[in-house]
Amino acid sequence: MQLVEKMKKATRRKQMKTYGVVLAAFVIIEILSLTGNLPNILAGQLVTLCAYAIAAISLNLVVGISGELSLGHAGFMCVGAYTSGLFTKCMQPVIPNSNVRFLLALLIGIVAAGVIGFLIGIPVLRLRGDYLAIVTLAFCQIIKNVFQAFYIGLDSTGLHFSMRDQFSIKMAADGKVIASGPQGITALSRDSSFIAGMILLLITLFIVQNLINSRDGRAIMAIRDNRIAAESVGISITKYKLMAFTTASAMAGAAGVLYAHGFATLNSSAYDFNKSILILVFVVLGGMGNILGSVVAAVILTVLPEMLRFLDAYRMLIYAIVMIVMMLVNWSPKALELREVYTSRFKKKTGKEA
Amino acid sequence: MSFLSYLINGISLGSVYAIIALGYTMVYGIAKMLNFAHGDVIMVGGYATFSMMMYAGANPLVAVLAAIVVCTVLGVVIETIAYRPLLEAASPLAVLITAIGVSYFLQNAVQLIFGSGTKSFQSVVSVPNLKLADGALTITGTSMVTIAASVVIMLVLTIFVNKTKAGQAMLAVAEDKGAAQLMGINVNRTIALTFAIGSGLAAIAGALLCSAYPALTPMTGSMPGIKAFTAAVFGGIGSIPGAMVGGILLGIIENLSRAYISSQLADAIVFGVLIIVLLVKPTGLFGKQIREKV
Repeated sequence: MQLVEKMKKATRRKQMKTYGVVLAAFVIIEILSLTGNLPNILAGQLVTLCAYAIAAISLNLVVGISGELSLGHAGFMCVGAYTSGLFTKCMQPVIPNSNVRFLLALLIGIVAAGVIGFLIGIPVLRLRGDYLAIVTLAFCQIIKNVFQAFYIGLDSTGLHFSMRDQFSIKMAADGKVIASGPQGITALSRDSSFIAGMILLLITLFIVQNLINSRDGRAIMAIRDNRIAAESVGISITKYKLMAFTTASAMAGAAGVLYAHGFATLNSSAYDFNKSILILVFVVLGGMGNILGSVVAAVILTVLPEMLRFLDAYRMLIYAIVMIVMMLVNWSPKALELREVYTSRFKKKTGKEA
Repeated sequence: MSFLSYLINGISLGSVYAIIALGYTMVYGIAKMLNFAHGDVIMVGGYATFSMMMYAGANPLVAVLAAIVVCTVLGVVIETIAYRPLLEAASPLAVLITAIGVSYFLQNAVQLIFGSGTKSFQSVVSVPNLKLADGALTITGTSMVTIAASVVIMLVLTIFVNKTKAGQAMLAVAEDKGAAQLMGINVNRTIALTFAIGSGLAAIAGALLCSAYPALTPMTGSMPGIKAFTAAVFGGIGSIPGAMVGGILLGIIENLSRAYISSQLADAIVFGVLIIVLLVKPTGLFGKQIREKV
């Protein structure tokens, strides 16, 4: 029991650091923007940064904590974004207060993504490794495609759907199209703000960090480390895997709501395979299972392409090279060995574990 | 008749997927890594063929051969620089992310060299179209060559793997790397050879894909790459006949659902079928069931 208490305390200390860093970043950005010193490239990216950080944390719960490779995380963002976008578009004239509207949209997005995550999780989590990865990828593509095929209109009698084109929706004369297939939802009210994103990010951190440092969280990690041993001591594999997956989906939904409401147009093609991969890159570069790492990697990799803008055409090329080199330096056993040699030469060993 | 023509087009598209999937499946079998840059090697193959024909005025066959050489060298270089240091890394995800980095690199390098505009690709196939049943059914020359090429490639590959020393070495490395090394097999060279073959096949796939769909852009390879990966998993990743069958089935399903159900939902249907197959048979159609020992 003492061991568990010690472990809890150590984890708690590490988690406090995460809150501290995020709050400090928030305060610095607020001060900069109040004094008018915030660089333009950062100002336009604040909401996106929060959304990506939330998505990365939630994916870390699946990949790092639960140990399952998911390549379809953007699919859950898409569910959150699209359902909440529809809600906002319908309610724009009815609820004038953008904060109330955003809060309701957020709830709808989170619940929708959570339910879809639960339903997909039941069959999918029976698979393992690369097969699980490909099925999550497949679901992400299906979600994106299905949303792209829908034409939705609103008139005084209610919502109307069509799968063909916007003229076959069959609405009354006062009806207007709210979602038109591949074009998605246009003229959406931009309800999300940096403050809302920051609050959401802190709530996400709170949920994930508490989950990790709880009995349930330790059960999830036990399954990751040794499935058979965990099962033999009576941990229900399905229950805990599903718990991690559904929680992560719901949070990805929240990230989707935040992201979508930062732009005036909502197009489900933005939530494709590449976005899933982008979020996975945040998680792996930040360190699997390391929550603060996910946040930092999400921020750096989102801001980096903007910072490299002076390189013009070479921008994405340099970005790709940076990514490859970072992976080689951080993960290759040979590079790690070299690093070990150099750090031990310059630093005396204190005997303490970091 | 229209059903037959959709079916043949589906088989033809599926044959391209099958050739790409063979590359995926061999690399996976031996290095246990998902090579996400494979789709972009196809694109490079397409551009290599295109520039040989357009700028050097080469004969189509020579152009394809040159593309094979370019892609083979590219594949080996990628493997040596980016993947080999990470194959022993603590997490298998490290090499996956590096592969994604390589994929971005190839796309952007090609965009810098050739521009982001669409290049219209001239078909490498000069076989005339075949008209059957008084012109009611047309089979394009490209389709025939594609299907024939994929069958020949699969046969040659099967013979290579089962009958030659290098092929046997591949099987051994795929089975157990450590034991293979103890038996005197050069593991690194065998992995490099696998990448060379996979990338060479990608060049052929690139030329055939662009002959059937002549718009060439730096993003050409990414969607067929994902589909071929799906096909490889569908047939059971690591299995050569599995990749073939998976690829062709995928092509047929995609083309028929595009024709009869909805062109927008075709991809969704393809992935839906994949999910159903994997839920019923979790290691794919031809995959080996691995028993887990405690």
